[in-house]
Amino acid sequence: MNGLGWLALLLAAWLNPVAAMAQEFPALTGRVVDAANIIPPDFETQLDAKLAGLESQSQRQLVIATLPSLQGYEISDYGYQLGRHWGIGDKERNDGALLIVASNERKVRIEVGYGVEPVLTDGLSHLIIQNDILPRFKAGDMPGGIVAGTDAIITQLTLPEDQARQVAASASATLESGIPLPMIIWLLFFFFFFVLPIIRRVRGGRAYGGGAGPVIVWGGGSSSGSGGFSGGGFSGGGGSFGGGGSSGSW
Amino acid sequence: MRLLRNLAAIVLLTALAACGINSVPTAEETAKAKWADVQAAFQERANLIPNLAEVARSAAENEKEILTGVVEARAKATSIQLNADDLTDPAKMAQFQAAQAQLSSSLAGFGRLLANFERYPELKSIQNYQMLQSQLEGQENRIRITIRDYNEAVRAYNTEVRTFPSIIAAKVIYGAKPMVPYQAVTPGAEVAPSLEGKL
Repeated sequence: MNGLGWLALLLAAWLNPVAAMAQEFPALTGRVVDAANIIPPDFETQLDAKLAGLESQSQRQLVIATLPSLQGYEISDYGYQLGRHWGIGDKERNDGALLIVASNERKVRIEVGYGVEPVLTDGLSHLIIQNDILPRFKAGDMPGGIVAGTDAIITQLTLPEDQARQVAASASATLESGIPLPMIIWLLFFFFFFVLPIIRRVRGGRAYGGGAGPVIVWGGGSSSGSGGFSGGGFSGGGGSFGGGGSSGSW
Repeated sequence: MRLLRNLAAIVLLTALAACGINSVPTAEETAKAKWADVQAAFQERANLIPNLAEVARSAAENEKEILTGVVEARAKATSIQLNADDLTDPAKMAQFQAAQAQLSSSLAGFGRLLANFERYPELKSIQNYQMLQSQLEGQENRIRITIRDYNEAVRAYNTEVRTFPSIIAAKVIYGAKPMVPYQAVTPGAEVAPSLEGKL
């Protein structure tokens, strides 16, 4: 059996490539990971309570991370990998988000998980950063900026689904002035090819087996109970990130 | 004793051969799924471009050719589709990449131009323009990440079909060819041009 044993060992070694980690991430010590030490303790407690409240209310996880260094990476590059490494958000729903502040590089980013991208869109993240966070950062008020940004994100993440989408839609660069031309063309097309024939057939007395009306598909909005975390411990639910969100610098 | 050893050898060989039968298609399907993500990300970028053209139309009266260039590059990029079966064809992949890279550089040039919008007092909806730029940056970021995920899946698949024992099933049963990873044509093209400090 000795020969086979060695063979098996060799094969196991061959077939197990070792993945090298290029970056080092801070440990997920809680909902607020203040690795850059810019948040005073009372602010940190306050923020932690708000984030815990968000999770219990909406099952979505938001984590605040302040980093002393981005290790040479772009914040958009670092952000999604941090999110994936920590696994913020539920594994099935990918409904996590991160607020990342890199104090040395003077960059801030809202990193949005796949599942919350429809609700916390790039445009909305951009607005939150520009209007709520950066003015305060530029004035030197780091904790204030973080609190303001957190409040804005929590507000959006706790809105009912349809309201949240309305807010997100208004925060995008849509340019509608009156009825757009393609819409008019489509309406005419619809009228000539669908409405008129129906009217003609009805006059002719033939029954018209109509096609199905528009089918409205609702994305699943059910939220199951959150994965349990014991006592004071906090951990991510295994959610993943795809690069949604927005960055800013001051 | 000999029977036991032969039996052990047969079991081991079967186990080794079986490794390839499931793992090769699994790796292939993963890579194809990641490719679908890449295409979707590129398509969403293409969908943002009509908005950009609208916002900048009034401002870019003088720069009409550049705006036209963006619109044409977009049309070309959306016309070249690469379905999952073509992922082993380097020529088709190169064609797809070239079209998307052309669009990326048109967008970059256009963005640099409009970054000095003091020159364009007609750019009334500056807020809109900034918003659009942030959406485009977000989409470029997503594209870069889906490409990375795709390349990782391709690496896993190519490694799978070339290493023992999966190579047995790969060659004998599936006739597997290595897939082509997505390479940025110009260095740094993966990183969206940033408008930090210019706005």
